[in-house]
Amino acid sequence: MLLIRCPYCEAERPEVEFTYAGEAHIARPADPSALSDDEWRDFLFIRTNPRGRHFERWRHMHGCGRFFNAVRDTVTDKFAMTYKAGTPRPGDEEIALASASAAADSAASVKDARP
Amino acid sequence: MSNFRIAGKGRVNRSRQLRFSFDGVDYTGCEGDTLASALLANGVHLVGRSFKYHRPRGILTAGSEEPNALVGSNRGNGRFEPNTRATVLEVFEGLKTESQNRWPSLTRDIGAVNDALYVLFSAGFYYKTFMWPKSFWDKVYEPVIRNAAGLGKAPTAPDPDTYASRFAHCDVLVVGGGAAGLAAALEAGRSGASVILCDEQSELGGSLLSEPTAEINGQLAWDWLEDANAALAAMPNVTVLPRTTAIGYYHQNFVGLCQRLTDHLRIVPDGAPRERMWKVRAKQVVLAQGAIEKPLVFAGNDRPGVMLAGAARTYLNRYGVKVGNRAVVVTSHDSAWHAAFDLAKAGVEVTAIVDVRGTVPTQLVTAADALRIRTLIGWTVTGTKGRLRVSSVRVNPVTAGGKVGGAETIACDALLMSGGWTPSIHLFSHTQGSLTWNEDGQMFLPGRGKEECRLAGAGKGRFGLKAAFEDGAAAGAAAAADAGFSTQPATYHVEGEPSFTGVTGRELPTDLDPGHAKAFVDFQNDVMAKDIRLAVREGFKSIEHIKRYTTNGMATDQGKLSNINGLAVASDALKRPIPAVGLTTFRPPYTPTSFGTFAGYNKGALFEVTRKTPIDGWAEENGAAFEPVSLWRRAWYFPQVGEDMHAAVARECKAVRASLGIFDASTLGKIEIVGPDAAEFMNRMYTNAWTKLAPGRCRYGLLLGEDGFIRDDGVIGRLAQDRFHVTTTTGGAARVLTMMEDYLQTEWPDLKVWLTSTTEQWSVIALQGPNARKLIEPFVEGIDLSDGAFPHMAVATGKIFGVPTRLFRVSFTGELGFEINVPARYGRAVWEKLFEAGQRFGITPYGTETMHVLRAEKGYIIVGQDTDGTLTPDDAGLAWAVGKTKPDFVGKRSLSRPDMLAANRKQLVGLLTSDPKTVLEEGAQIVLDPNQPVPMDMVGHVTSSYWSAELGRSIAFAVIQGGRSLQGKTVHVPMPDKVHAATITGMVFVDPENTRLSA
Ligand SMILES: [Zn+2]
Repeated sequence: MLLIRCPYCEAERPEVEFTYAGEAHIARPADPSALSDDEWRDFLFIRTNPRGRHFERWRHMHGCGRFFNAVRDTVTDKFAMTYKAGTPRPGDEEIALASASAAADSAASVKDARP
Repeated sequence: MSNFRIAGKGRVNRSRQLRFSFDGVDYTGCEGDTLASALLANGVHLVGRSFKYHRPRGILTAGSEEPNALVGSNRGNGRFEPNTRATVLEVFEGLKTESQNRWPSLTRDIGAVNDALYVLFSAGFYYKTFMWPKSFWDKVYEPVIRNAAGLGKAPTAPDPDTYASRFAHCDVLVVGGGAAGLAAALEAGRSGASVILCDEQSELGGSLLSEPTAEINGQLAWDWLEDANAALAAMPNVTVLPRTTAIGYYHQNFVGLCQRLTDHLRIVPDGAPRERMWKVRAKQVVLAQGAIEKPLVFAGNDRPGVMLAGAARTYLNRYGVKVGNRAVVVTSHDSAWHAAFDLAKAGVEVTAIVDVRGTVPTQLVTAADALRIRTLIGWTVTGTKGRLRVSSVRVNPVTAGGKVGGAETIACDALLMSGGWTPSIHLFSHTQGSLTWNEDGQMFLPGRGKEECRLAGAGKGRFGLKAAFEDGAAAGAAAAADAGFSTQPATYHVEGEPSFTGVTGRELPTDLDPGHAKAFVDFQNDVMAKDIRLAVREGFKSIEHIKRYTTNGMATDQGKLSNINGLAVASDALKRPIPAVGLTTFRPPYTPTSFGTFAGYNKGALFEVTRKTPIDGWAEENGAAFEPVSLWRRAWYFPQVGEDMHAAVARECKAVRASLGIFDASTLGKIEIVGPDAAEFMNRMYTNAWTKLAPGRCRYGLLLGEDGFIRDDGVIGRLAQDRFHVTTTTGGAARVLTMMEDYLQTEWPDLKVWLTSTTEQWSVIALQGPNARKLIEPFVEGIDLSDGAFPHMAVATGKIFGVPTRLFRVSFTGELGFEINVPARYGRAVWEKLFEAGQRFGITPYGTETMHVLRAEKGYIIVGQDTDGTLTPDDAGLAWAVGKTKPDFVGKRSLSRPDMLAANRKQLVGLLTSDPKTVLEEGAQIVLDPNQPVPMDMVGHVTSSYWSAELGRSIAFAVIQGGRSLQGKTVHVPMPDKVHAATITGMVFVDPENTRLSA
């Protein structure tokens, strides 16, 4: 079970308090009627589905109720950072900084378990 | 009865003799015995039949990895469990156990004919045999497989036990209480960190329990252990959990522990849970799971009496039991020599030690000579004999060139084998930690980890007591340091520990045809070496495919004994090195775990919340039958004496149409939408136009997904310019609110709107029927109920019986109707008043079934029953509810996608059967031509179907391709009894002119 930091509550909480809400940064077009059928199809159905870094939405359903965004690795499931809805997609540097400080918070980084 | 207990050996309490039974025969064991050790003490080796071939099987191990000795255990008072591992089950007074997978008896088993037919059951036999002919599947294969499937008998009665669960947090979790785990826990405990130490056995110690003569820091092992236990007990920051298995290692150091609390007790204290699931979040984890001994692969390695050498040593040293009188040892590892020495010193005749290695440490041979044990170095084992117990072993010399010489037969009643040791990396694997192949040790070792986790001792290939202690202490100290504590790891001096070198063998060489050798790799799933070779010959190259084709490693022991041997056989057959063949993935749980442990408290009434309305109690007292609707339980119908459901529903329907019915509609989802932008928000969410809806009026609202398909509907009242009272379907309330919140928070955060769930704040009483107004008029204050002032689809606030109300004039029946919303706490009182006052109109309580019939008669749909997430408003005949002039709403753009406008979409229509008495099955498929060949072209299905008492015939809704253009056409509905003809009609069967609504 993952631990997820809610950027509104500013606290780490167990996964059972949260619900997943799909890929992030897919804004609803201001005027859908201006989109071609293909563009509208892409908005509706086409997602990046990456192996690795994924920008995604979560909701602190059983907490503050807010939707927020997260950067998570789909291979390790690890969260690099979470941030409030409406803030722009963070860049590489910002993500690296955030995950480094998170790692420092949890005392030590990943250990090599070689004998 | 023979007694194999040896005086002066073991840790069991001989002054506490316990009677237990196995297959109806009474035996005696000692306190501290497992069922396996107690049976062996009585000379019983044969304990079960194998899964596929029904071969007689004995006890192979002394631990939780046991693949053979699975029994049915009866702990009394309805507590029965199949497939209990005899090596784990602790004996208590009165325990009853039985063997499995045999008929009529363990010694005479009919199913053993499979053993003679083994050629038929080779690798992939399921896939090959059952391909043809097709008709054999139903009549022959399926029943045979069902009959043969599974080992034990599942209990038929409900589990009488309760189960508990608990969350826990700690600085350091240590998994495994052997030498390494104890050292780690002592270290972390001394540092002041909060520590949980769990071990699957009944007492801590691990291999120390089988190693009484080793000396640790000048103390005998068991004395040291006693002091270590006392030291841990004295630390308030340390929690020790024996009989507790770490079953799974999940993200961010979340580890599941299954603690067994009462299985070993004769009398279970009242209310005591049988097992407890610990959900531990640890800052640091130390895995000290030790290593598991590997069997050797040779013909006849599965007979009762053939056992792992380490297990024999444990039975001797820990339980004081000798596993036979005449033992032969076959090994590729030093450790088995020490088992031979211990047994010989305890008086067992060890006839020979067969070591398949070309050379062995000389001190071993010297020690064997001193005990007069014959040593056969560089020999192989090529067979065993003995039907229900091994009686002899066939051995051959192997030349340096690999040639197998002439055979010799040695009599024995126990054959002890060791193929080396496999580090237990299971939990580490759960974390997706990488594994590296260690060529010297022929084993996989933990590589790079992904969690805050360390391994220690034999679990990471550091074999031997001294190495385990030191590695454990270092890991414990480092884990504590990473958790913010500090300590200096203690040093350990160990004397008298056995040497520990060896090789991992392949399948042992033989002079006989290996294609006929019954050399088992996976004992629990009956997979032989030749099965794996056959899989390779048939083209399987990936170990994942070989595993599934042969079922090697797929039994409940997850290949703890068989994985590496299987891999070695596959590697030889593929002529590729083991790391290139790969290792299959270990998954939780580490050992079989009861469903009860996972369920915990969530069973019976606590399995799922049952939501009840404030009026539910009245319904119960008045004899309602109930049905579940999402999490709610709703009154289904109110049968009177002698009535079945059909009669009750017919009576309730008639009462509503003729006079007056009363219905608890409290479960309707309710959302209050408030704010200066409330109307704008409504415009964007719902298909309808809301701007012009006057306060005091209601409108039917239709909600789509962004894909254009119907998601929900309900009547929505505008209470004020900035306030809407939205209702949703009973099951859709939470979903709709989540969808609204999503749009409001993330797409339109600029809108000034607040959303509040008010479902449980209001009790809703529906009064339906021509006398509805007459009933409430005298009791309502502040609202003019006349049709002119308060027409159909009006809403107003006022009082009823002095209680504040939001009164809706709405109808889901087609009759004059009101929905009386009162604060939830007044719901039952108002209901009772209405019921009392309504007697003069013959007021009739009705349930959801009558509600369904009445709405269908009137052509009203139920979202989720008549729609299925693929219907557009037009498909459902609701195009009138879409605001054509609105620039945008959720789902609007999708309605003009090409497929949404296609000509032959399925449309909702009415259906009347040619035989008016036939009520179609909901879900039944519809065809145009019943005479076409199978498979027929299905054009739709029935969504709702009822008996209408009002019409004296059946009615139905269906979705049919191009349905609206087929009005009056006949379609056909194949049902189990016959094919029924039906005519496509409109959907409104009663009062199409709406005269009753505006009465
Ligand atoms: Zn929050």
